[in-house]
Amino acid sequence: MDFDTIVAVATPPGQGGVGIIRLSGPEARALGEDLTGANLSPRRAIYSEVRIDEEIVDQGIALYFPGPRSFTGEDVVELQLHGSPAVLHYVLDVCCRRGARIARPGEFSERAYLNDKMDLAQAEAVLDLIASGSQAAARAAARSLQGAFSARVHDLASGVERIRILIEASIDFPEEEEDFLGEYGVAEDLARLCEDLEDLIDASAQGRVLNDGISVALLGSPNAGKSSLLNRLSGEQTAIVTDVPGTTRDLLKVDLVLKGVPVRLVDTAGLRVTQDPVEREGVRRAQAEAERADLVLLLVDATAEDADEQFSALKSQLGSGVNEATMLNLLNKSDLVSRRQYNAHYLSAKTGEGVEALVELIHKRVGITREATEFTARKRHVEALILAQEHLRASRAGLGSQGLELLAEDLRLGHEALGEIVGRVTPDDLLGRIFSEFCIGK
Amino acid sequence: MDYPDSFDVIVVGGGHAGTEASAAAARCGARTLLLTQNIETIGQMSCNPAIGGIGKSHLVAEIDALDGIMARATDRAGIHFKTLNASKGPAVRATRAQADRALYRSAVRDLLERQEGLQIFQQSVVDFVLEGDRVAGVVTEMGLTFRAQAVVLTTGTFLGGKIHVGQEQRAGGRAGDAPSIALAERLRGLPMRVGRLKTGTPPRIDGRTVDFSHLERQPGDDPRPTMSVHGSPKEHPRQVDCHLTRTNKTTHAIINDNLHLSAMYSGAIEGVGPRYCPSIEDKVVRFCEKESHQIFIEPEGLCTTELYPNGISTSLPFDVQLQFVRSIEGFEKAHISRPGYAIEYDYFDPRDLSYSLETKAIEGLFFAGQINGTTGYEEAGAQGLLAGLNAARKVAGALPWEPRRDEAYIGVLIDDLIQLGTNEPYRMFTSRAEYRLRLRQDNADQRLTPLGHEMGLVSSERFGAFEQRRQSLFALKDTLAGRRLTPTDPLVAILGIELKKEATLLDLLKRPETIANVFAEALAGQVDEDNLALLPQLAIETKYEGYIKRQDKEIERIRRHEQLRLPLDLRYDEIEGLSSELKQKLKGNQPESLARAARIPGMTPAALSILLVHAKRKGRAMNQHERPG
Repeated sequence: MDFDTIVAVATPPGQGGVGIIRLSGPEARALGEDLTGANLSPRRAIYSEVRIDEEIVDQGIALYFPGPRSFTGEDVVELQLHGSPAVLHYVLDVCCRRGARIARPGEFSERAYLNDKMDLAQAEAVLDLIASGSQAAARAAARSLQGAFSARVHDLASGVERIRILIEASIDFPEEEEDFLGEYGVAEDLARLCEDLEDLIDASAQGRVLNDGISVALLGSPNAGKSSLLNRLSGEQTAIVTDVPGTTRDLLKVDLVLKGVPVRLVDTAGLRVTQDPVEREGVRRAQAEAERADLVLLLVDATAEDADEQFSALKSQLGSGVNEATMLNLLNKSDLVSRRQYNAHYLSAKTGEGVEALVELIHKRVGITREATEFTARKRHVEALILAQEHLRASRAGLGSQGLELLAEDLRLGHEALGEIVGRVTPDDLLGRIFSEFCIGK
Repeated sequence: MDYPDSFDVIVVGGGHAGTEASAAAARCGARTLLLTQNIETIGQMSCNPAIGGIGKSHLVAEIDALDGIMARATDRAGIHFKTLNASKGPAVRATRAQADRALYRSAVRDLLERQEGLQIFQQSVVDFVLEGDRVAGVVTEMGLTFRAQAVVLTTGTFLGGKIHVGQEQRAGGRAGDAPSIALAERLRGLPMRVGRLKTGTPPRIDGRTVDFSHLERQPGDDPRPTMSVHGSPKEHPRQVDCHLTRTNKTTHAIINDNLHLSAMYSGAIEGVGPRYCPSIEDKVVRFCEKESHQIFIEPEGLCTTELYPNGISTSLPFDVQLQFVRSIEGFEKAHISRPGYAIEYDYFDPRDLSYSLETKAIEGLFFAGQINGTTGYEEAGAQGLLAGLNAARKVAGALPWEPRRDEAYIGVLIDDLIQLGTNEPYRMFTSRAEYRLRLRQDNADQRLTPLGHEMGLVSSERFGAFEQRRQSLFALKDTLAGRRLTPTDPLVAILGIELKKEATLLDLLKRPETIANVFAEALAGQVDEDNLALLPQLAIETKYEGYIKRQDKEIERIRRHEQLRLPLDLRYDEIEGLSSELKQKLKGNQPESLARAARIPGMTPAALSILLVHAKRKGRAMNQHERPG
């Protein structure tokens, strides 16, 4: 068990007039008192201002539950604030800067369980929560890693790796003829890396390089009513609805806010085996879109006799790149059938029946939980970048005056921090690079 | 027949692992028997005649701190000592000694023969005595049965050993010695994963036929370092030089032309060789842009003219070896006294061992050394010491010592092997140790001697010497901390530093620009002379202090996770929420604690949480695992 202090927003994102920030761990009380400027007494609600650097950022209720008589069994503080996401994130940020750490998915429950605050029967639920939460977090992290951001962190990590290879080689193989560091400008490279890192931290903190929201792909048998469903969800006429199969050739992207969560819905071409080059391109793009999506909605006409086969057909058309776990079977035109014989979600785009339930289902399946949002994924990335920056700056400061082994230590820590985002590089990986690049050994 | 006396621990093999294992077991009070094929080759250096090197001398220092043999034997047999990385930081500084093979063997044998509670017997082991899943002794070639509660197997490259010279192959454990075929077959029958590795040696050359006149001379260091912390250069025999020569285009052309005859390149060898110790064939092929490779010419000993040309290990046929050797400067008229060869041998996947080096399959059976996939005398010796110690502890009913990565290079070695296994001969490097700033040669005794003493491994005499040294260090630190300097103090000028406000001498020692020697000179006469000798070490400690404190937090967290034991019967297949890749890895590793699970590549925090909850549900986690020390 870790005995550090964890923090998270305990209310679902984008909902309600109150946002709760929950802290658990040895520093919870001190952090809470720091923010409120009040003396927190056990189990008493205190109305207080929240001040950061002398500035009032919000007002709300603070509650303190000393361990072990708390939800997690540790000291817990809850701050009930006004639900503005900006304020919540700011407060979270400040908590992290003052020593707390963003909780992992399910971590409050996990601590509760480990501290014997839950019985055996609840263990299953805890495991589910961790599993689904971490899947959602993994997807969220992957999403926030797309494109430019990911490429830049990878660049940084390989820049650090390059320096480490040369330094570790000159430490471990001093008798080789290779002059590993030679003319190589560690100072210039480090300066450049620090600059890049600073840029990246600025950009990430502002969310410029990170994607937001979840993405949902909508696929359906021709004429199953995809565009109608899209229109129903978006409340506008965004797609042309016709009765000719395969009308929607291009990908249509619509940004929606479904119950407070930004969703990018991608309507795709009907997936038919076709010779038409335009339509084939549409199919290819649809497949790519489905592979990227957090959730793939498969839509079939409920009145069709062979709905099951149609679902199977859609799945096989998607190709092997799409994870089955991300698929959700939907049957449209529920208003036209009386018997619900298939294991799928019934809805009617026309009457609106089952659409609200669909939105809830999307939330559930994508794993929009209290703790695994885009924000926390991004927050962890920024935390890791800042840590990396700290170590790289230290290594730069020590250049020239400190020994090579200390430079190596700072670089190792910096590299490990970046590894939190792009994957850890093991000592054996580094050695492998050294051996493949240089002729080492007697 | 049954040998009438029974033993607590039997060690099979008299190489570097076997000698440390038997001595360690005996030091702990176990009645110990060392069984070897040949008493004359106890302590034999099968490869190059050198002990130590970067990362490796760290292991030797740890063996020494636990009162082992290797460092002491090196000080008695070393004929050329060097400090490596002298210009780099103290954590990565290392010592290497060329040793006289014959002197080394006799030093090891002498130390073993003086060891109370240790008997030596010359005979090949062909079988085990098993009682269920427990080992109860061994059977030798002539049918003698020796009984013991624990057996340490240190068979080196002898298990199924096969020697390759060009296209020719024959069974052998080392040039001139028979392999252990019967034992290899017996072991292959056990439920343990087995693989093949290879290593090689260069041809040896008669020094009388070498022209040194144009070769670069490489003298040893002066002043001379010692291998043991309690050693003295006075113990060292006569010192000699090494020399340097190099391959050239002609050498490379000869090798290239005959590549198809090399055992390695003709496909005759299935075993995997070490990447950091390539054969000359490999170097020529893989780094074809290099026109020349260096060769260190190392003396084999004081009473022989034989030389070890380090850098040209090969499995080419003998005639090609002779041809390419004679193309090298200084070797034009060289006589090869022993051909070079490659050797393939069996090793057992170390992931089938527990951290005590006991096999998971057979209780009381321990493996150490090359049998576990490592290479190097130092790696073997370190494992031997650990296996011997833990075998003795097991017989005595004590829990094993499982050194952690932050405690010792031995801990790094064991953890890497058992956690990750290896698919090439494993060698130690300092870059493998994430806590290398604290795992230094200079503080090996501080890290390990008290614990070794507690476990009965370190003699009172040695512990006394250690205590004295430690007290001196404390005294010196107190003296320096108590001496305040103002900017106008005359000492400031003598030290040649800039001082803006008052500071203690200890503060000044922390500065990166402070040089311990200058300091020591300036303080001569003001501080107790004996204590002053420890100034370099105090300087190291104060300079690393900040870095080491930063690591403490991380280490503390890992230690807590170390204490969270995972039940060995966790059914990873049935745990939901783990990826199938992780399930596979967990099944292969069977991590014993959460910290060990955390080191499995690809492990995620969420997966660790899931494991923790499952372990807790089984009601077996949270039991504090008691460890000695």
